[in-house]
Amino acid sequence: MSKEYKLQTPLTDEDVEKLRAGDKVLLSGLVYTARDAAHKKIVTALEKGEEPPFPLQGAVIYYVGPSPAPEGRPIGSAGPTTSYRMDSFAPYLHSLGVKASIGKGKRNQAVKDALQTHKGVYFGATGGAGALISQCIEKARVIAYEELGPEAVRVLKVRDFPLLVINDAFGGELYAMPRLPTT
Amino acid sequence: MRQIDAASITDKVAEMVVRANVELPQDVLKALASALEEETSPAGREVLQQLLDNAALAKSTRLPLCQDTGLAVFFVELGNDCHVQGDLTEAINQGVRRGYKEGFLRKSACHPLTRANTGDNTPAIIHTDVVPGDGLTIRFMAKGGGSENMSRATMLTPAQGWKGIRDFVINRMAEAGPNPCPPTIVGVGIGGTFDQAPILAKKALFRPLDVPHPDPEIAAMEDELLAAINDLGIGPMGLGGKTTCLGVRINMAPCHIASLPLAVNVQCHSSRHLEVSIS
Repeated sequence: MSKEYKLQTPLTDEDVEKLRAGDKVLLSGLVYTARDAAHKKIVTALEKGEEPPFPLQGAVIYYVGPSPAPEGRPIGSAGPTTSYRMDSFAPYLHSLGVKASIGKGKRNQAVKDALQTHKGVYFGATGGAGALISQCIEKARVIAYEELGPEAVRVLKVRDFPLLVINDAFGGELYAMPRLPTT
Repeated sequence: MRQIDAASITDKVAEMVVRANVELPQDVLKALASALEEETSPAGREVLQQLLDNAALAKSTRLPLCQDTGLAVFFVELGNDCHVQGDLTEAINQGVRRGYKEGFLRKSACHPLTRANTGDNTPAIIHTDVVPGDGLTIRFMAKGGGSENMSRATMLTPAQGWKGIRDFVINRMAEAGPNPCPPTIVGVGIGGTFDQAPILAKKALFRPLDVPHPDPEIAAMEDELLAAINDLGIGPMGLGGKTTCLGVRINMAPCHIASLPLAVNVQCHSSRHLEVSIS
């Protein structure tokens, strides 16, 4: 039976260990945005021995490239982007302390294995509900790679961001397996 | 010969790119609402309700429906008795620059290898057909990357026929699973040449969901594919359920006796498109 949790970032091993695929989470605190180009830069920096643009321990990375903020709002539309494009980076980041990512769509086996090895979790948010999701983002600020425009790394302050646990730290997965026709 | 000033085209394009990105077309809204009535999966129902709430919020706040406000794709029908005073392509690109800036829309166009953003969401992708008459019709689609990445084209052999087409489309959508933001709309281009099939598929996405194909045989093929995709059980956002696809749209064209080109253009539920006629 799925449960509902309120969680605060940074996440701990204990937070992750209670979550199972299908659970609902309302997440509050600081999350960091990064998508394709930012991931490449972060990993390149780490491999050179440089500091990452945000503390990785307990971090939640949101795969999003928001639309520009209109006047009077902290951010524009801000729904999740498709996660598999970050699969080649995610296991390494989990090995360095990242606890969770937020996106949409399937992850590969290497990511699912990394979630088990390093006690991590993959959250799904509703793709295409960018206007709705932006309502739970209270603050947004670019903290690295401003030149990447929509792909720059931002720190977001979120309150009660509604998420679903898609892949948990025990090999569980929420996504439906397609029923292929037999003919 | 009718004269149209390029500046008026820029104005219309700037307006339409913003409007398309904040107002979901009525046929899509209707399809989502009736999907919600039919859907039995609780998680699927919750997603469909969120999508309807998101559409209402986007319309009232003018925030984009989705942060991925797409590459700007245009299908232009230019009457051969219509003369554009100025540069038609530049007029459209200028409208995209202005609309994406003024509407606070995300600029997603970048160099394919360096990934450097072009900064203004141009160049737009523009397909132009010359048609009889003196009209100018511009159709715009904000095409998101997540669903576009799930699209595929292939060259079947003539012997593979309808079964080959059916298997390819269904397997593609099964493999895509939750990635393209289901419930999707699936454009299928059958025939033409290697380059024409995907254009047929993309053009097909403009036909409203409540308008069946005029050819009853093709309409029946669309219904068959729609039922088969929904039988996959992927459901809204991949969380399981009856609503994996809102509609299949087929465009067909004659092809070479040796060929059977096929393209599947996947469109997410946020099917943002608009048509204007300029006079």
